Amino acid sequence: TMSFPWFRMGLLLGLCISLLLGGSWAVDRGNFKTCDQSAFCKRQRALKPGQSPYRALLDTLELSDSRLTLQLINDNNKVHLLLELYRLQGNITRVKINELKPLKPRYEVPDVLVGDQPTEPLSVLSQDDNGVVLSLGAESQRLIVSARPFRLDIMEGPEVLLSLNSRGLLAFEHLRLRKDTQADPEGAEVKENVDGAEQQDEEQKAEDGGKDKEEDGLWEETFKTHTDSKPNGPTSISLDFSLPGVEHVYGIPEHADNLKLKTTDGGEPYRLYNLDVFQYELYNPMALYGAVPVMLAHNAQRTMGIFWLNAAETWVDISSNTAGKTVFGKMLDFVQGSSETPQTDVRWISESGIIDVFIMLGPKPSDVFSQYASLTGTQSFPPLAGLGYHQCRWNYNDQDDVKAVDQGFDQHDIPYDFIWLDIEHTDGKRYFTWDPEKFPQPKEMLHGIKDKRRKMVAIVDPHIKVDSGYKIHSEIRARDLYVKNKDGGDYEGWCWPGNSGYPDFTNPEMRAWWASMFAYDKYEGSMENLYTWNDMNEPSVFNGPEVTMYKDAMHGKWEHRDVHNLYGLYVQHMATTDGLIQRSGGTERPFVLTRAFFAGSQRYGAVWTGDNAAEWDHLKISIPMCLSLGLVGISLCGADVGGFFKSPSAELLVRWYQTGAYQPFFRAHAHLDTPRREPWLFGPENTALIRDAIRQRYTLLPYWYQQFYQAHKTGQPVMRPLWVEYPKDTATFTIDDEFLIGQDLLVHPVTEEGARGVTAYLPGQGEVWYDVHTFQKHNGAQNLYIPVTMSSIPVFQRGGSIVPRKVRVRRSSDCMENDPYTLYVALSPQRVAVGELYIDDGHTFNFQTKKEFIHRSLTFANNALASRNLFPESNFSTDSWIEKVLILGASKPNKCWVFLTTSVEFEFEASMSVLTLRKPGMNAGADWTVVLQPNQEIQDI
Amino acid sequence: LIVSILPLPIEWEQLRMKRQFYEENKPFTCLDGSRTIPFDRVNDDYCDCRDGSDEPGTAACPNGSFHCTNAGFRPTFIPSSRINDGICDCCDTTDEYNSGAKCENTCKELGQKEHEVLQKMAEITKEGFLLKQQLIQEAKNRQQEKQSKLTELQNNKKELEEKVEALRTVKETAEQPEKEAKELHLKAWEEQKAIIRAEKDKAKMAEAFLELDDDADGFVAVAELQTHAELDTDADGTVSETEAQGLLGGVDHVDTASFEKVWDNIKDKYVSEPVEPAPVDTPPEESNKLADNDSEQYPSDDDVQEEEEEDEEEDDYPEEDFDKVRKLNITMLYSVETVMVFLSFAAAQKARDNFEESERALNIEKEISFDFGPDSEFSYLYSQCYELTTSEYIYKLCPFNRVSQKPKYGGSETNLGTWGTWAGPEDNKYLLMKYEHGTGCWQGPNRSTTVKLTCGKETTVMSTSEPSRCEYLMEFTTPAVCQEPEAVISSLHGHDEF
Repeated sequence: TMSFPWFRMGLLLGLCISLLLGGSWAVDRGNFKTCDQSAFCKRQRALKPGQSPYRALLDTLELSDSRLTLQLINDNNKVHLLLELYRLQGNITRVKINELKPLKPRYEVPDVLVGDQPTEPLSVLSQDDNGVVLSLGAESQRLIVSARPFRLDIMEGPEVLLSLNSRGLLAFEHLRLRKDTQADPEGAEVKENVDGAEQQDEEQKAEDGGKDKEEDGLWEETFKTHTDSKPNGPTSISLDFSLPGVEHVYGIPEHADNLKLKTTDGGEPYRLYNLDVFQYELYNPMALYGAVPVMLAHNAQRTMGIFWLNAAETWVDISSNTAGKTVFGKMLDFVQGSSETPQTDVRWISESGIIDVFIMLGPKPSDVFSQYASLTGTQSFPPLAGLGYHQCRWNYNDQDDVKAVDQGFDQHDIPYDFIWLDIEHTDGKRYFTWDPEKFPQPKEMLHGIKDKRRKMVAIVDPHIKVDSGYKIHSEIRARDLYVKNKDGGDYEGWCWPGNSGYPDFTNPEMRAWWASMFAYDKYEGSMENLYTWNDMNEPSVFNGPEVTMYKDAMHGKWEHRDVHNLYGLYVQHMATTDGLIQRSGGTERPFVLTRAFFAGSQRYGAVWTGDNAAEWDHLKISIPMCLSLGLVGISLCGADVGGFFKSPSAELLVRWYQTGAYQPFFRAHAHLDTPRREPWLFGPENTALIRDAIRQRYTLLPYWYQQFYQAHKTGQPVMRPLWVEYPKDTATFTIDDEFLIGQDLLVHPVTEEGARGVTAYLPGQGEVWYDVHTFQKHNGAQNLYIPVTMSSIPVFQRGGSIVPRKVRVRRSSDCMENDPYTLYVALSPQRVAVGELYIDDGHTFNFQTKKEFIHRSLTFANNALASRNLFPESNFSTDSWIEKVLILGASKPNKCWVFLTTSVEFEFEASMSVLTLRKPGMNAGADWTVVLQPNQEIQDI
Repeated sequence: LIVSILPLPIEWEQLRMKRQFYEENKPFTCLDGSRTIPFDRVNDDYCDCRDGSDEPGTAACPNGSFHCTNAGFRPTFIPSSRINDGICDCCDTTDEYNSGAKCENTCKELGQKEHEVLQKMAEITKEGFLLKQQLIQEAKNRQQEKQSKLTELQNNKKELEEKVEALRTVKETAEQPEKEAKELHLKAWEEQKAIIRAEKDKAKMAEAFLELDDDADGFVAVAELQTHAELDTDADGTVSETEAQGLLGGVDHVDTASFEKVWDNIKDKYVSEPVEPAPVDTPPEESNKLADNDSEQYPSDDDVQEEEEEDEEEDDYPEEDFDKVRKLNITMLYSVETVMVFLSFAAAQKARDNFEESERALNIEKEISFDFGPDSEFSYLYSQCYELTTSEYIYKLCPFNRVSQKPKYGGSETNLGTWGTWAGPEDNKYLLMKYEHGTGCWQGPNRSTTVKLTCGKETTVMSTSEPSRCEYLMEFTTPAVCQEPEAVISSLHGHDEF
């Protein structure tokens, strides 16, 4: 749901707003801070490189087995910092910098890292007055600590992979006493501005005539009408990273921007600060609903990652020495041999906390994903139904409406798994309740849905109506679990229900209590097919600064400033997901959608890209937005199909369904004030097109499910940029209008209005790709023009892969449980193919707790297709069987046998070289082999 | 061992027997003629025909359909994807022969229910259809009347138009003194009100004097005033001697004449003493009369007009207007002035009536230009309104005019659309009405309403809903859409035959 303070507050207000907006449609940028308007960002950004005041005190070096500590000193103000270095298993280096003796503890982000990070020994290779050389394990990697100025370089052989503070932008604002409270008013020795910058500021001040304007915003800061009291004064931190040889960096979602991050010189830095942005703008670095402070750096040789573990407001600057150069300029450099190495420089700035960085050294993209997964965990394995189609709208009006929509899907023979209820289903926006007029019998409604083997999601937001008659509120208040304002009273802000309290989800007691509210006997009207949607958890506060909470609000002893970006995860996803697990006694997998997120949110469920709009550019941007999330672990991502605001044309809606059908989280959603847009409301032709797109999704559910199992096991993204699978192919590095699902399906959705064709890049020198609709074979490493009609969804299967499908599409995924499989075997030029098949009950944790699953490897080689058990200790059985095998790029065999005993009939379609095995009939969980007896003539050739 | 035994449909033979296409042991040609397959591939749970025709009893074909016999109820086709999906679709349970779903045969029940519904519908239809005939007859009569009037009018059209123009001038001229008179009347009324107020105050004062003058000596004294604690001026809860003196203007007692000044000081605070047995010599009549006029409402324009409309058929004798005057305000005196006022009212009214009647006559043309159905059966709805009250709103449908919504507990009316067109399906467009261009929605469309008409004995709005923001749906019953009973029955049974 969108959040606009004025929205939906009645006709009168609405009228005023429409006058104010005058029909224009864009984010009101003035509501959100620029770097210049954020005092710490402005201070930090004013620093000039090359003047680092920090020095490593090598004589303080202490090395235990796996931990190195060393003091740093700021020569300007003599404040000591403590540097800690760890070598973590899986080629990760952790760098922590904190004040040696802070006035009081600084915030260190808890609950994001999973388990204890196993460490590996560090050893000193050499040491002198200028620095220390450490060995980073078995590979020829070394870490060099330079003393004056302090800097770190990670090297492999003669190459520098990455440097820290190489530009001297390390800046650590130490905690201090407020000047006007100090005993000596003339004690101006320690100036209060960015620690790293004192020298140059002094110079600057001399030039400016010495006015102390830099001190603005140190102890108090005002934005619009909101004042941040900043009782701790300046606390920001910053560090720069240099990436020699790197021209492509990705990640740091969430931004409505291209996949490849842009340089920020002369513009705004990318901002990470979870915000409810009304009608967000595309192609800019403004902060959105979620934040994952992880950046990937890639070149043809190596992929690395930087994970900046900090939950405060964060800004990221990116610059590059090649950014300004044209392709011709680069070529000239190359020809003249005068080229400097391309380099990308990155700088992170956060408002509070400590510096805690994980450097993931790859070298392959898949290694970085594993490394990051070892730190923050993997994607939760969603119930199978969660991968089906979701029908949402703000709002389905009442029970009859829900019933009519459900019937509409059956009447038009369109499958769906979940129908959703937005905020209007509640009794006056009191979550966990139902509107007594519109939803008087929720269980009856849920039973009706269950009878169709379908499910429902109801929204539960974190703002709680201040109403003594509302049980949830009175209990939270009685337990004293609300976030406090700076004066110690319960913080109250304005949101959907009016005046609202915000539970302090950073408190484990609050989370446990919240989780207990999902018990069937606590959440009245709920039952096992009701799941949850957490919206507005940035948190959104209509009358707060930047539509969120005051930074000086208190979560226990920590300021909101410290925990802001964590609230959404923490808060909600963590507490809600636990609740859904607990209500089933720990057996059923949860499904929870969130809008705000942070590093680690992948462990709790699905994420969507918030309140987009029914515009072609918003359809396009859904691809890079979800790709960026996938790179940082969050695979279950989707955008509102059709666009949330405004009303899509039939063409845009159809194209959006076609795109969404091939993105992980597939949900249509619409704003309250838009006309209805269920799939059958746009004429029979468009209904058929939408039906076909949704059906394509359902036929591929076995593949999607297997991909999510893999993501859950390994942390590899499901929706992938091409460069992840083709890391050496520079042509793939900036592609973000097409993508891979797993490694075997390439999708180039049509996202242009009136398109008559698309040009897709098919990667892989010496590889082949098959059009999944026509089975036509195309060579890799080419740009392929594909003519399209309204029914076209250009999708290709990689030669060398086997994709399982279920082609009997039914009302819901659950109805398809025991249906047979069709295997699409796409042969490589070497006439081999491999794939997997994963089957379990689709909804419980038994795959984990009881090893109840089937995981098969499927291989085609030497004219034989075989299924082998990948996990002999697993135990599960299925009624599903193999009804059909399509072998793409095949030649006509003479005969075909299952296990050399039973003959299998086949058809051969010569024009596209498709061999179809008719009803081989093996059980999907069994070992089997199908052998093709080559046709003599063909074999002779 | 490895080739699983595929369950064969239990009932497909029965199906096949029913359908000529599936002849046992003869090769089967897909119904689209695309290919011919051996008979053992019919219903073998593998889709061979592109049109799905080889698998009428299994879910193998994505585009197949399954026939439920549904003995006792209506037979039907369902998509073959609903075979063995664990959900009972056919009332005879035949779609779930191998899913483990526990379905009960509900055909008989459904048949019975349907029969009841049909019977009820037949009854309604029968009666409704009779009513419809009446409506048609009435419409015919009205139509003739109007047609002849129209013909007459058309003949005199030009003359009429001139007359209208002339009358407009007369009307406006006549209305001028009326307007002035109204203002005069209003002013007089205001003055009247002031007098009434003053009289009331005076009466109250007199009453207060009597109340205060405890010893009935014709003077109100300091001690007498001190019993009224509410008159306390220094907020200490009591009226001291000095305070009382102050109130009396520095003297110890006042008579009725001087009390007038005192009264001005204390009347806002003064509270009457507890009611004692009413003295016989102060009859309440006069003050009651005044109290009756407490609301002091000036008769609104609307009220006047309403009454004028009631009287519009009558001739304009002044007596009638005097009656009106009486009705308007009984406290008003019959001065010459007011008679003048109402005489000019009458003149204006007559002109207005003439003018409006002429205009109305012209409107007949517009009215008979409406599409009131093939037999004008909907014409009775014209200029009528029908209301439905829900928990929040009162909805009003005025057919061929507009739909509106008004909050039940105060608030202004919202236009949900004005008459647009008939919008039913091609074979009977009279099943839906469309009202468009209502009040606009913010960032949304203008409000519009679709009215769904169903056969009923009564003419009633049954329900309203807002399926999409600002798009309303109203269900409306009327005999005017009732079809001939025989036609209804046959159309309902017609599906059975193939």
